[in-house]
Amino acid sequence: MQNPYKPYPVRIDNITVETEDKSLKTFKFVFLNPEDEKKFAYRAGQFAELSIAGLGEIPIGIASSPTEKGFVKFTVFKTGKVTSYLHAMKEGDIMGIRGPLGNSYPWDLLEGKNVVIIGGGFAFTTLRSSIVSMLQPENRSKFKDIHVIYGARSPGMLLYKDELTAWAERDDINMHITVDGTDDPDWKYHKGFVPAITEQEAPPAGTDTYAIICGPPIMIKFTQPVLDKLGYRHDQIIMSLENRMKCGVGICGHCNIGKELVCKDGPVFTLEQLNKTPKEY
Amino acid sequence: MKVIKIDKSEFNAGLEKLENAYRLFGPVKEQSYYAFKALDAGEKPDLEYTNTRLSAKSLLYPQSEVLFEYSLDKSDADYAILKEPEKDYSPRAVIGIRPCDADAFAVVRRNFETPEYQDTYWLKNYDATTLVGLACDNPVPTCFCTSAGSGPFNEANLDVLLVDTGDAYLARVLTEKGEKLADSAGWTKPADQSEEDVSKRRSEAESKIKSRVNTENLKDQALTSLYDADAAIWEKEAFSCINCGTCTYACPTCWCFDVQDENYGKSGVRIRNWDSCMYPLFSVHASGHNPRGQKLARIRQRFMHKLKYYVDKYDKGIQCTGCGRCVRMCPVNIDIRRVCNQMNSYDPESCSCAVTS
Amino acid sequence: MTTYSDKIKEISKRLLKEGKVDLVIGFRKGSVPLMNQPMFAKNEGDVDSFVWDSNCGINLANYVTDRSEKIGIVAKGCDSRNLVVHIIENKIKRDQLHIIGVPCKAMVDRHKIAAMMPGEIESIEENEADGTLTVTGSGFSETLNKAGVLQENCALCMHRNPVLYDELIAEEVTEQNPEEVDQYAAVREVENMAPEEKWAYFDSLFSECIRCYACRNACPLCYCPTCFVDESKPQWVGKSVDPADVRTFHFLRAYHCAGRCTDCGACVRSCPVGINVRALTKKLEKDCLENFDWKSGLTLDKRPPLDTFRPDDPEEFIK
Repeated sequence: MQNPYKPYPVRIDNITVETEDKSLKTFKFVFLNPEDEKKFAYRAGQFAELSIAGLGEIPIGIASSPTEKGFVKFTVFKTGKVTSYLHAMKEGDIMGIRGPLGNSYPWDLLEGKNVVIIGGGFAFTTLRSSIVSMLQPENRSKFKDIHVIYGARSPGMLLYKDELTAWAERDDINMHITVDGTDDPDWKYHKGFVPAITEQEAPPAGTDTYAIICGPPIMIKFTQPVLDKLGYRHDQIIMSLENRMKCGVGICGHCNIGKELVCKDGPVFTLEQLNKTPKEY
Repeated sequence: MKVIKIDKSEFNAGLEKLENAYRLFGPVKEQSYYAFKALDAGEKPDLEYTNTRLSAKSLLYPQSEVLFEYSLDKSDADYAILKEPEKDYSPRAVIGIRPCDADAFAVVRRNFETPEYQDTYWLKNYDATTLVGLACDNPVPTCFCTSAGSGPFNEANLDVLLVDTGDAYLARVLTEKGEKLADSAGWTKPADQSEEDVSKRRSEAESKIKSRVNTENLKDQALTSLYDADAAIWEKEAFSCINCGTCTYACPTCWCFDVQDENYGKSGVRIRNWDSCMYPLFSVHASGHNPRGQKLARIRQRFMHKLKYYVDKYDKGIQCTGCGRCVRMCPVNIDIRRVCNQMNSYDPESCSCAVTS
Repeated sequence: MTTYSDKIKEISKRLLKEGKVDLVIGFRKGSVPLMNQPMFAKNEGDVDSFVWDSNCGINLANYVTDRSEKIGIVAKGCDSRNLVVHIIENKIKRDQLHIIGVPCKAMVDRHKIAAMMPGEIESIEENEADGTLTVTGSGFSETLNKAGVLQENCALCMHRNPVLYDELIAEEVTEQNPEEVDQYAAVREVENMAPEEKWAYFDSLFSECIRCYACRNACPLCYCPTCFVDESKPQWVGKSVDPADVRTFHFLRAYHCAGRCTDCGACVRSCPVGINVRALTKKLEKDCLENFDWKSGLTLDKRPPLDTFRPDDPEEFIK
């Protein structure tokens, strides 16, 4: 019987400041015990509890891709007690991670399909994991067209800028990067909110086209009607939820929406599934 | 199944023998109420009790429990590494637990033991425990176990059931764990022709339970229509609710917990504490957004969880064994029997909205 | 109490019918003995559930804060004093309230009666004429003098008649003679204890607390959007049942109620494990009386002593 609450010890290997306001940092962790990395086998869309002794734990989506070996990465927004402390930690510091947790995006279902990824703000982390994974040479042929619509307030608030630029240059992925607004005369991507860009750029609905949405509630609220208008069925709209969590393994009871537990039965649900549950998220 | 007769005059001697092989727990009177306590050497459980004020769940699942210990001293080799503390998982026996409380362990177990994850703390406690039940001859008016999947003589989740026959107990030995305990206690005298006596006592006890919940329609009710039954059910119950945690803490089947790190100088512990879905803090996000920000949403969560989500998820009845503690202890008289019956008979087609002119 | 109940129904129906209020807050008969349930009525049909007896100890002033409607509220003496406190503290506007005053004949102590009986109580009959209660359960039936089983705060109460109301449901009751009621005997007993005795007393007072917060949540004064025990940034108090955290909660909560508490007893009544929370609040009530000549909830014209500042304050430290 394995204790599901016990984190794997990790060392902070590298910290990257992601955004101009410094509210988002990416932490690259290396497992202290190499065998733990094998146990931490994950799929894109899963999350983990980052654990700091003396402070507590926070559930964060895994930003690295299963295809990236030797480390795991998380991009963390500074908001509460634990994340504020984490932002002040240094490379070399020891902490813990517990996971992988949750169900991931439905990769079996998405194989052979067109995939439209719609993300906003700092909720792009598991989407990055997904994109990196799908673009691997051994994986790319498993999917048809890949579209990515990703927006942030301003160019400086976009995550993973170097990677975004590199992907935009490729011809096996359609990048639609957008910002709410910018004064930068050299800005060469879209301007406008995610829902508007989705309406303009997303491929039409079809039996083999699936959309993954991850973003702030306001973005989701206005993007969903656009997808409805484009004819996407609700079982073709895939969403990743957040809720207050403690255990992450479906036991402590904090994150339920109806009979589903966001941490274990989710965090990924189709809109069709969510239509049948209370909107307690 | 073996049935053993234990003369009451010999009962305590058996308990004394058990002390060598088990840590004993049992109901003890404290001031004006009963509580389950670890019995000191020679201390006897008081089996004249009706039931304990708080449920028996804390025997396996303490209100506050240390999960890990850690050092915050940077000079320590194991600085910031969480370690499981040493715990005593040696055999223990609970003497005199009521069937409703034992049945609650089966309910809670569905949460603590799943194919994917096992709550090692609860399960190790559970595995170490032998449950010696005491059949309930005198249920009280707030008991409704017989309609909540349990019963005053229910044996389903016990290792031994003691039936009080006046000057003796008939011990119905139900499991291997139970046999081992009976052997350790030296309880070996077979009881003859006890079956008829027990079933008569059982029927008598069951007939004393006048209060009930109707649950037969809960599974077929549409989840969203019950959830949306604000005017018919939730507004009225939510009004009086003060959002304290009494019902959840008194309940043998409420299992939710919070996890906290508590530091003392250069060391600390990660502990879990019972939590309550009645508290606003239970569901609030770090951003301040609270999906159950209103009192109505919280009280609805408690009843929907027990009487609908659990029913749909496990198909094993309701998340309640009818012990009646929440009914007796709620400071403002919110009565799960009333709520359950309303949910069971709710008809979204008939307009139950108040007509105001 | 039938006349009280009938009068409450009659007035409530009139108020709703005339559109003077949007709802009336009162009690309905509980599903178990010694308990009534707070309820609201928005129409005449609902009003028929209203009841008044000796089990209306919950303080209904707790149910009006931050509401926007016109509210009719059934209020006994202490409830009315807490309405005064709410109005002073801007938790409700006076003109939003239609106070249906109930001259109170004191409430009975549910913990005490339950403890006196040999088994679970099945029913209670109240005989108002001779001031007795007949308590019946499986195998027992006992008749008690109501006066002997009152909530302690009710036995000490000097304001059974509402201090603020729009109409009374009956003639005022005779208030107790202050000369004959020793308000602070229990407090003095603790004051006179040696330090180690006091320590042991408080130790045992809170030893059974399960931190359900029923005392806080039943208290009309405890309306903070986020209570200090629930704050997480910073977290002031641990959340386990560690005795230091449990005591911190009770002591600080009591201090927050100093000069505001009306000794309504809702905290003690609500406590599922029977802790005498009033042991703290009564001491602070005594201090407020002795230091500031203050009793809370008696007038709309003065603020409680601990939330006011006077340029001519006699104390040096505050200037």
